[in-house]
Amino acid sequence: MGRKLLLEKAHVPGIATYEVYRREGGYRSVEKALQSMSPDQVTEEVKKSGLRGRGGAGFPTGMKWGFLAKPEGVPRYLVVNADESEPGTFKDRYLMEFIPHLLIEGMITASYALGSNRSYVYIRGEYAWVAEILEKAIDEARANGWLGKNILGRGFDCDIYVHRGAGAYICGEETALLESLEGKRGNPRIKPPFPAVKGLWGCPTVVNNVETVAAVVPIINEGGEEYAKIGMGKSTGTKLISACGNINKPGVYEIDMTISVEEFIYSDEYCGGIPAGKKLKACIPGGSSVPILPANLLLKTAKGETRMMNYESLADGGFATGSMMGSGGFIVLDDSQCVVRHTYSLARFYRHESCGQCSPCREGTGWMEKILWNIETGKGKISDIDLLWDIQRKIEGNTICPLGDAAAWPVAAAIRHFRDEFEWHVLHPQEAQQRNYGLMHYADPIHVPNPVMA
Amino acid sequence: MSSETNNTVPGVKVTIDNITIEVPAGTTILNAARQIGGDVTPPAMCYYSKLEGSGGKCRTCLVEVAAGSTADPRPMPKLVASCRTGVMEGMVVKNITSDKVKEARAGVVEFLLLNHPLDCPVCDQAGECHLQDLGYEHGKEGTRYEFDRRTFEKEDIGPYIQLHMTRCILCYRCTYVADQLTDQRVHGVLDRGDHAEISTHISKAIDNNFSGNMIDVCPVGALTDKTFRFKNRVWFTKPVYAHRDCPDCCGKVTLWQRGDEVLRVTARKDQWGEVCSHEGKPGWICNTCRFDKKSAHDWVIEGPADVSRHSVISQGHYQQLQTPKETLPEVMGGRAPKLMMDIHEVSEVNRIELSQLPGAATGKDFNSPTDQGK
Repeated sequence: MGRKLLLEKAHVPGIATYEVYRREGGYRSVEKALQSMSPDQVTEEVKKSGLRGRGGAGFPTGMKWGFLAKPEGVPRYLVVNADESEPGTFKDRYLMEFIPHLLIEGMITASYALGSNRSYVYIRGEYAWVAEILEKAIDEARANGWLGKNILGRGFDCDIYVHRGAGAYICGEETALLESLEGKRGNPRIKPPFPAVKGLWGCPTVVNNVETVAAVVPIINEGGEEYAKIGMGKSTGTKLISACGNINKPGVYEIDMTISVEEFIYSDEYCGGIPAGKKLKACIPGGSSVPILPANLLLKTAKGETRMMNYESLADGGFATGSMMGSGGFIVLDDSQCVVRHTYSLARFYRHESCGQCSPCREGTGWMEKILWNIETGKGKISDIDLLWDIQRKIEGNTICPLGDAAAWPVAAAIRHFRDEFEWHVLHPQEAQQRNYGLMHYADPIHVPNPVMA
Repeated sequence: MSSETNNTVPGVKVTIDNITIEVPAGTTILNAARQIGGDVTPPAMCYYSKLEGSGGKCRTCLVEVAAGSTADPRPMPKLVASCRTGVMEGMVVKNITSDKVKEARAGVVEFLLLNHPLDCPVCDQAGECHLQDLGYEHGKEGTRYEFDRRTFEKEDIGPYIQLHMTRCILCYRCTYVADQLTDQRVHGVLDRGDHAEISTHISKAIDNNFSGNMIDVCPVGALTDKTFRFKNRVWFTKPVYAHRDCPDCCGKVTLWQRGDEVLRVTARKDQWGEVCSHEGKPGWICNTCRFDKKSAHDWVIEGPADVSRHSVISQGHYQQLQTPKETLPEVMGGRAPKLMMDIHEVSEVNRIELSQLPGAATGKDFNSPTDQGK
């Protein structure tokens, strides 16, 4: 049984209300931080904890806070990114819905560390009811003196506002989020300048994921060094994984990043295996943008080691044989799933969500979708597969924001690992309309060559 | 106005394609390359030095930064948009000397042309279209796109401007013009991705005295002058500099004449296709000058306009042809580019002044003297 820090109390009846949350030990981190620590000490604890951004990129949070410019007389902002729109990722919704005060507590502590007197939660419009839960919790916190002027008599003012997005995936990109928060069209900004220097309304801003900010609470309560003891290597603490797809028990799980992928999929504590006696074919371990892996590479790295559920192990082998932890959207595909169809769905999503600002992403995503649709419906050519590869290569890295990369990676990985399934679709167009390619060799044990002694 | 040189700022040395230049700190790579000129200047479809905030979107100006600066000589991991990246002391930039850049740029051109109709012969912008030039210089000979292009109905936005969204490449320049030159912007980008479109909200007329400048900044034929549409091909017209005393704008324009008739009035453009600056201010012109003063009597004619040697308009044999600086030998460290074949060994083409011939040119006029004996 792994250690739980965020969701430990998530199912205490009434935990969404202030009374129960406080009774269960809530807001201790605010008391500790404001009464016994300086803002820099709080940042130092977060640095010591080794906490990495939970939104997808895995950038060390303490370092990000350290980059925040602090010019005199200019306000600073903390913005929490709750625009959780990645297909397969729904961990932040769970956290905000069941235990909203945890996010608010983390935000007050983080705001204190960063010197933000006005902090924002940018929440996706589709989470309308979650926004109401958050607003209710904020009102309760304010009524009990945790928000507003002169919190705990320590001279620190802070208020939190919830801002609803209008349903755009791109607004989860931090600079597009800031544009949207300013009331403009959600187009990503060209970096540099980075938000840490020029963010919201031109002021230094830190944009953090919901889970990242919530993790500040246990870090302050237990101390950064204690937090860093949980987990493995540079993957410290616990991580929320939203598991979905062909598994017996889809849902949000908190793991301490010491378990293997195999254990996560098959143990009853987590996903509970694959239903109806089917076999594991492939998995996207970190939300729709990260590369898909076939079963054999998912469970073992190319070196033959067991793949673990943490940042380093999932990324082992780079994009050639590895993937990414991403935002923790764990999508499992069994042997009745069609990778071509699946890749088409993702391409359609990215085409729809591209902001249209820069040409490779705007035009390339639509082109990839059309070609994939042709292959899926039996009108494809073998040369289309190479064309797809060339298109994704010309999108990746050539765009303003990472959406271009996010659209290119799933297509690249699907072709890299499942090329024969694409070819089968092209060569057997009629058969491909009637049945799926199936598991084939994707779960076969990988051959690890023995190092030859010279 | 980042392109203007300010000599009081200490300079930084930057090397672009083996050519080192000293520019004021804060200059972008693109503007530094423009100061060198010639082939080392990256193309730009969305950047417009006179419009604040423009650039970074089209990705045609991507360059490779082989060394970030003297202090931190690491290369930048990705290609960067040269229009929005400032130079640093000791920065080493590769543009035409980088295969990565050339490949990425060819890709961008292909992307830009995916949904752009290839009907230049019937497009009013042909001959002065930046996308046409870009495709010619950096594109591939064919397309790999096999699907229908997106199309839109033509739309009149106001009495003077027609919007044909089918041709738009979403450079956002016209929205910056509306933001920065007019009192109130009534048009913008609706929707997103490849279904994004420039439009007024909703079918409002654009009515502003400086709205005509949107036509000048449009790199393609998406925004065209309704008073000139299909009156003439640009290469049959004669560009002439002229001015008048205008209470609203600088009054310095280019008249596009056929005989004595003024077919069109535009702002004066520099060699990058941007509106020229006059006394440090961009020479935007007002709608009165642009649309209402269509008689030669309204203007004081200054003389023939400068025309780039590469422009199709130059086929009219103007005297004031602007030849871009030859930078290739310098890029190649003094070596001359290897000539695959000298056309003049077999033909006198391009050496013969066509206007001097008594009648139409024939094959005989081009046969070189060495061939004539055979």
